[in-house]
Amino acid sequence: MTETSRAERRTERAIALALVLSTVAALGLAVVYATGGQVQLEGALLGTSLAALGWALAAWGKHLLPSGPFVQQRHGMAETDPDPAPVSRLVDERTGEASSGPGAGADTEGLGAVGRRPFLVKLLVGAAGALGVAALFPVRSLGPDPGRTLFRTSWRAGSRLVTEEGRLVRAGELEVGGVLTVFPEGHMGEADAQTLLIRATDDDLQTRPGRAGWAPGGHVAYSKVCTHAGCPVGLYQVATRQLLCPCHQSLFDVIDGARPVFGPATRSLPQLALLIDDDGYLAAQGDYDEPIGPGFWERP
Amino acid sequence: MIKRLNRWFDDRLGASGFVRTALNKVFPDHWSFMLGEVALYAFLLLLLTGIYLTFFFEPSLKEVVYHGAYRPLRGVEMSQAYESTLRLSFEVRAGMVMRQMHHWAAIVFLAAIVVHVGRVFFTGAFRRPREINWIVGCSLLVLAMANGFAGYSLPDDQLSGTGLRIAYSIALSIPLGGTWVAYLLFGGEFPADSIISRLFVIHVLILPALILGLLGAHMAILWRQKHTQFAGPGKAEDNVVGSRLWPSYALKSTGFFFLVSAVIAFLGGLAQVNPIWLYGPFRAADVSAASQPDWYVGWLDGALRVFPPWEIRAFGHTVPGVFFPGVLLPTVSFGLLFGWPFIEARFTRENDREYHLLNRPRERPVRTGIGAGVISFYVILFLAAGSDVLATVFDVSVTGLLVAFRVALLAVPPVVTYVTYRLCKEAGSLSDEEVAPPVVVRTPSGGYLVEGERHGNGGDGVDRADGIREKR
Repeated sequence: MTETSRAERRTERAIALALVLSTVAALGLAVVYATGGQVQLEGALLGTSLAALGWALAAWGKHLLPSGPFVQQRHGMAETDPDPAPVSRLVDERTGEASSGPGAGADTEGLGAVGRRPFLVKLLVGAAGALGVAALFPVRSLGPDPGRTLFRTSWRAGSRLVTEEGRLVRAGELEVGGVLTVFPEGHMGEADAQTLLIRATDDDLQTRPGRAGWAPGGHVAYSKVCTHAGCPVGLYQVATRQLLCPCHQSLFDVIDGARPVFGPATRSLPQLALLIDDDGYLAAQGDYDEPIGPGFWERP
Repeated sequence: MIKRLNRWFDDRLGASGFVRTALNKVFPDHWSFMLGEVALYAFLLLLLTGIYLTFFFEPSLKEVVYHGAYRPLRGVEMSQAYESTLRLSFEVRAGMVMRQMHHWAAIVFLAAIVVHVGRVFFTGAFRRPREINWIVGCSLLVLAMANGFAGYSLPDDQLSGTGLRIAYSIALSIPLGGTWVAYLLFGGEFPADSIISRLFVIHVLILPALILGLLGAHMAILWRQKHTQFAGPGKAEDNVVGSRLWPSYALKSTGFFFLVSAVIAFLGGLAQVNPIWLYGPFRAADVSAASQPDWYVGWLDGALRVFPPWEIRAFGHTVPGVFFPGVLLPTVSFGLLFGWPFIEARFTRENDREYHLLNRPRERPVRTGIGAGVISFYVILFLAAGSDVLATVFDVSVTGLLVAFRVALLAVPPVVTYVTYRLCKEAGSLSDEEVAPPVVVRTPSGGYLVEGERHGNGGDGVDRADGIREKR
């Protein structure tokens, strides 16, 4: 191995510095994005990171790697080059640490292959990694923070029930055995608030502990979103008083708190506590007391 | 004139060496080698018809009231995506045939890929040196499935909207980051308003570009490694026997492109597919019975139906039931598929050299048995996706049917594997002579002879007296 000249060491230091600068700028970019974003800073930091990385690579290639001049013969267009050595050996010769091996003409000029400078290689990987991570940050812009949105719906205490046509539902207008899809007033068509209103008789319903008074006059309401994969539980079989999800055939027993009796669903459909307000309309006592629909990791 | 033109290009590009090799490239002839070509040509057709559709489709969820040519839906509120699909179907000339050809081409594309993968699997064409191309090919299968799903979700009809709802639930079920994955993909809580425009970009730009790139790699590697072939007279590990690219193979193959296109054109014109006007626009609270996806997603839907109701709750978290059939099953399935060449080589040690001669499936009872068993598993899942339709058609209870599917899923694949294994063993233990059945021939005088035992035969199997060819 030949002695590294002073000029060479100076170049190495400058390249190292540029790579560090690139890394810092990339991390800065990530921080700027995470703290809300700012267009001038984003552009300047991204530009700095790219420019420093670009300069480092160019300087490395120009000053620290064999730059010739090498001579290549030009053939007439009809002839072709003979097959070169396997790629694996080529790559090893040009980039690996085996700069003293055969075929490494670099040694004669006192310049080694890329792998001779492990410190710079590490800095390069770091800088490229930081830039890559910073470039991933904007993915976050694709959607809002889920937060608690999956835990609640638009049902509030006193929300009146409206049908898909936007009509209020009066207590008693639904006959025993009847079923209606309802939404909270002012939130018609909202996917997670869709609810099934079913009319049974008081004697039929098995009231679960803590749910006394949730089904005034035999009006019982369950979330229409299947607890399996989220399809609307659309089919009510009056004879058996079971709800069937047409997507994957989960069956829910309406009498027994919409307990799943068959199929892939594991949880009962959440029940919405109802009341009859002073004007005789059906309304909710409040939101569902558990997250509706299919399971998710954060669900307790 | 043509001679001079060729000379001109020769002097400028110097491609004569390459072109000579290319024109002389030998392609073995076997019907099963055309399956990949079917996929390639279906993809070309997808590009052509797809470009046409993009001129008319509006990937927007903005609500509009329909006033178009299809009377039953007039006055109905719907998204622009749905409305523009109706318009390009009913009002754009040639729109309907283009859309149906596009859909049929997708169905054929996936079918051809699946059968092609089967061919490569059962003949051992994935063995060294073709492991990379196996992985590229499997990636193409995954991308094609994803793009098919993205494509048929675009019209925002009731059926595909239900499919998206299920896809959203599957995304939610991913442990740790599921809610984030779902929100970043859909742009918020279902049905967030950006999913259609995002699927559009995914469907017409991102996935097709990836498919095109990998397709190029697939063919380049095939070109470089040369085609495999079945053993036979003159065929060895170190040669390829078949027809040359130019002129015979090129003409046959181009002709084949037109034949594949013809089938898809017939289907597109004569066989209705995905009649979204019958499903209606998507409403989150509506659903129709018989909600089935396109055939290649059927196994996933079937898995969602038959999987038992397991939901794990521990440490204040939930692992949703959908996770097992919706995330774990596909991960394991594709993991095994991608890894098969390496798994098999661990046992057979067939990575010591290059293997260019194909196996007959009967020569490899274990591989063929496993492959057949796995196929039966996914066929049962596919059938299970039609449980509600089957229950209606055959007038049986849907719950009983699903229980039967659960049992079949566990019982049938081992049986299929064993039977296939035995059959391969039996077939493999017989030599070709013994396999050939005896042919009984009636002589002009009214007697019967077993062909081959007779005298006076030329010895080449052809009886010159009555022109009966001996069966082999």
